[in-house]
Amino acid sequence: MKGRYQSRNLWSGVLFGLGAIAFFDEVVFHQLLRWHHFYDLATTDIGLISDGLFHAFSWFATIGGLFMFADLRRRKALHWTRWWGGFLTGAGAFQLYDGLIQHKVMRIHQIRYVENVIYYDIAWNVSAVLILLAGVYLLRKSRKQNESRAGEV
Amino acid sequence: MDHMHVHGGAFSFWPQLVLAMPFVLLIAGYGLCLYISARNGRAWPVWRTLFWVTGCLFALVAVAGPLAVEAHHNFYVHMMTHLFLGMIGPLLMVLASPVTLLLRALPLTEARRVSGILKWRIVHVLTDPFVASFMNMGALWVLYTTPLYNGMHESNVLHVLIHAHVFIAGFVFTASMITKDPMPNRPSFLYRSVALVLALASHGILSKYLYANPPAGVPATQAEAGGMLMFYGGDLVDAIIVFLLLREWYHAARPRSYETLYPVTE
Repeated sequence: MKGRYQSRNLWSGVLFGLGAIAFFDEVVFHQLLRWHHFYDLATTDIGLISDGLFHAFSWFATIGGLFMFADLRRRKALHWTRWWGGFLTGAGAFQLYDGLIQHKVMRIHQIRYVENVIYYDIAWNVSAVLILLAGVYLLRKSRKQNESRAGEV
Repeated sequence: MDHMHVHGGAFSFWPQLVLAMPFVLLIAGYGLCLYISARNGRAWPVWRTLFWVTGCLFALVAVAGPLAVEAHHNFYVHMMTHLFLGMIGPLLMVLASPVTLLLRALPLTEARRVSGILKWRIVHVLTDPFVASFMNMGALWVLYTTPLYNGMHESNVLHVLIHAHVFIAGFVFTASMITKDPMPNRPSFLYRSVALVLALASHGILSKYLYANPPAGVPATQAEAGGMLMFYGGDLVDAIIVFLLLREWYHAARPRSYETLYPVTE
C-alpha cells in the first residue's frame, strides 16, 4: 500500500525539509548568531522579491509538510527512506539556492560580514551539495525498495 | 513628536469615536444574537464569544485611546496598531463565526435574506482569496509608498477611511482563507493556499522595503523597528492562518471508508 503514496512521501519530505532548513537559517543565522542581516543595502530588487517568496513559501511548507506527514501516518503509508530522501533533497536544494543565488547573485545578505566570507561560502555550499546528494541517494534507494516490495506481491 | 511633518492640529477626538463605535456595537450585537440563540435553546461554544470580544478589543485599542494617539506620532507604534487592527483582531473575529451566529438568531425569513446576500455575485468576487489579498496588501503598498501615509495624519477623514479599510480588508482576507461561516462556492485548498503564500510574500517584501525606505517624515530607526515588527508579527499571525487552513485540509482529506484505510490491493 505504500506504493500508492510514493509521491506524497516524497513531497511531504521535500516541503518539510525546505521549511525546516529555512527555519533553521532564521533561528540560527539571523537570531542567535546574528551573522545574517535583516536587510542589506546591496540587495537587488529581485533579491528582495525572491527572499519574500521563499520566506512565505517555506513558512507554508513547514506546516504543510507536517500535515502531509500526519496524513501518511494515519494512512499507515509512511515510507521512512523516501520521506528522509525528500527531506534532505528539499533542504539541500534550498540551501544551495540560498547560498549561490540569493547570497551571491541577488545579494540579499552575506553569510557573515567579515573579510574572508569566501570560506563561509565554500563551507555553506559544499554542505548544501552533500545534503542534496544524500537526499538523492536515499530517494534512489527508496525506489528500489519499493520495486522489490512490489515484486513480492 | 518625532515626526518631521507639520500636523494639521492634534489628533482629535471624533475620529477615535467614529472608529470605536462600530466595535462597541459589534460586541453588543454579538451578545444580543447570543441571547436570542440561547433562548431558542441552542448552545454556542464559549471560546467563540471570547474570541469575538478579544478581537474587538484588539481593534478598539488600535483605533481609540493612548495607543492610537501614540501611533499618530510613532511609526513603530503605528505598525503595532495596524497589526492589531488588520491582522490579530480580524483573525480572532473570524474564528468567532459571527455570520453563523447571526443566522441562528434571526427569524427564518430574515436569515434567508442574509444567506441570499451571501450568494450575491459581488460578495463572491470580493471574498475571492486573490481579490481579498489584493484589497488587503495592495492598500498597504499604496499607503506606505505614496504620500497617502502623510495625508492620513493631516486629514481626519482620510484617517477614518484608511483605518476602516485596514480592518475590513483584514477581516475579508482572513475569512476568505479560513472562515467556518457559510460561504457559497468556496474555492479549493490549492487556490486558497497559492493566494495565501503570495499575500504572505507581499507582506514580507513590503516589511523589508519599509525597513530601508521609510515613508516621508518617518525617522530611520522607527522605520527599521516598524519594518521588523511588521515582518515578524505578520509571520506569527500568518502561521496561525496557514495552520488553520491546512488543518481544514487534513480533516477534509481523512480516509473515509474501511477500504481506503485498509486497502486490499497491493
